[in-house]
Amino acid sequence: MSTLVREHYNFAYLDEHTKRMIRRALLKGVAIPGYQVPFASREMPMPYGWGTGGVQVSAACMVPDDRVKVIDQGADDTTNAISIRKFFERTAGVALTERTAEATLIQTRHRIPEHPLSEGQILVYQVPIPEPLRFLEPRETETRKMHALSEYGLMHVKLYEDISQHGEIATSYAYPAEVNGRHVFDPSPIPKFDNPKLDNAPALQLFGAGREQRIYAVPPYTRVRSLDFEDYPFVAARAEHQCALCGALHTYLDEVIIDDEGGRMFVCSDTDYCNERQQANQETGNDAG
Amino acid sequence: MMQDEPLFAASGLSKSYGTHVGCRDVSFDLWPGEVLGIVGESGSGKSTLLNCISGQLEPSEGDVLYRTQDEGMKSTQAMTEPELRKLRRTEWAFVHQNPRDGLRLSVSAGGNVGERLMAIGARHYGDIRNSASEWLERVEISTARIDDRPSTFSGGMQQRLQIARNLVTHPRLIFMDEPTGGLDVSVQARLLDLLRSLVRELGLSAIIVTHDLAVVRLLADRLMVMRGGSVVEQGLTDQVLDDPQHPYTQLLVSSVLMP
Repeated sequence: MSTLVREHYNFAYLDEHTKRMIRRALLKGVAIPGYQVPFASREMPMPYGWGTGGVQVSAACMVPDDRVKVIDQGADDTTNAISIRKFFERTAGVALTERTAEATLIQTRHRIPEHPLSEGQILVYQVPIPEPLRFLEPRETETRKMHALSEYGLMHVKLYEDISQHGEIATSYAYPAEVNGRHVFDPSPIPKFDNPKLDNAPALQLFGAGREQRIYAVPPYTRVRSLDFEDYPFVAARAEHQCALCGALHTYLDEVIIDDEGGRMFVCSDTDYCNERQQANQETGNDAG
Repeated sequence: MMQDEPLFAASGLSKSYGTHVGCRDVSFDLWPGEVLGIVGESGSGKSTLLNCISGQLEPSEGDVLYRTQDEGMKSTQAMTEPELRKLRRTEWAFVHQNPRDGLRLSVSAGGNVGERLMAIGARHYGDIRNSASEWLERVEISTARIDDRPSTFSGGMQQRLQIARNLVTHPRLIFMDEPTGGLDVSVQARLLDLLRSLVRELGLSAIIVTHDLAVVRLLADRLMVMRGGSVVEQGLTDQVLDDPQHPYTQLLVSSVLMP
């Protein structure tokens, strides 16, 4: 199958010139952590919003020996994740996996895996809106200037508004953070629960926004500090429940409605991590986390 | 503080748009604590002049000098863009004619006032909020409205909010472009009262551009009358208004309707 595929597609779909262009942008992004590098985003055979930016970054980084994992909201088995996994299976013929620990390249939408990442792994994020200042300052020329001059007071205006309206910093995803003491960036719509995992991570983290044509990066072991106020410090919030399947008390949970009478359950959003724990629980005959 | 040097000076300032002249050869000094009024009819070059001296437009000729805290008199053209932008959000303030140009309408009143504080590094929510409510009180806006958006405010309140937002960082120099334009007379009177007491209390220097002679009569120490891009007469406000020398100033003074 995979040899047949390679006769029809260049490896990982993109042509080599495009990959080189994207790799140049990636190198620049790694050299200036958190800086949004413009790149000539290509049309991909999927609609915007499905991860065209992430797919291009993954394709530019991919090698034939890679083991690829794709997650959407933490799950390996949702439409978006399956489609992208199939896409790389057909166009690159690479090995696929659902295990975080085994993967060399992970493309993600809205989550960072619970299993700690290691050196040598690449985590690629799909980004809808790369500009953290966008909803406060609509002019691109102005936001670029603000980044250039480190004028980030406006970001705190947004957090101020949160506290004045909700009594706490209500921003719960796409929580702005400062990278390497310089650029403020939008870590894509991951829950703020995942923000601490960005900090000093051993894996290379790459961000691709296809429609907005921007690439940025957080190199391994880079300081990432979530913005906050002295009297309202950053809190990595999660639902105060236990996973109904594996019993975890320390993971990010999804709330699942199970009937039309108000019944609900909380389960780990990271399906691979939850499965891993369930298996371990079965082996030890212990079902609490 | 050296009192023998002006705070702000313009010399030989000209701005032309192609062959059209915006303003021509304008020079003046502004001393600490002084309020300078610039009057003239529409199209006389007042706003061009204000934009040139406040660093928003590049003058074609001439120089604008400002006495910085650590470097003394410095030409604004010699300043780097970061320096100039910093100056504009700390030591300078700009009150727009239309408060919608100077406010963030989608951000609460408190956030609007706090923005300049956060821009210069304030990171304590409680302190920012206290300064914001203190300033709302000073400009006579009820602190109960601190979390309301300015789009729900009346025109007069918006203008006062804009003033609070500008003064919160204690600037030394404030530029005002028709601060009372578009307000009805009773609201105008209260705003002028407020401005006058704030300017005196805080020892601010101000440059006010207006077409309204009553405004400068109340606020300005000194007056410049502009016509066709040039200054035709300048002097102490009462002197210029009570004993106008230039025919255009005479016309301007005599065309004010007395109720």
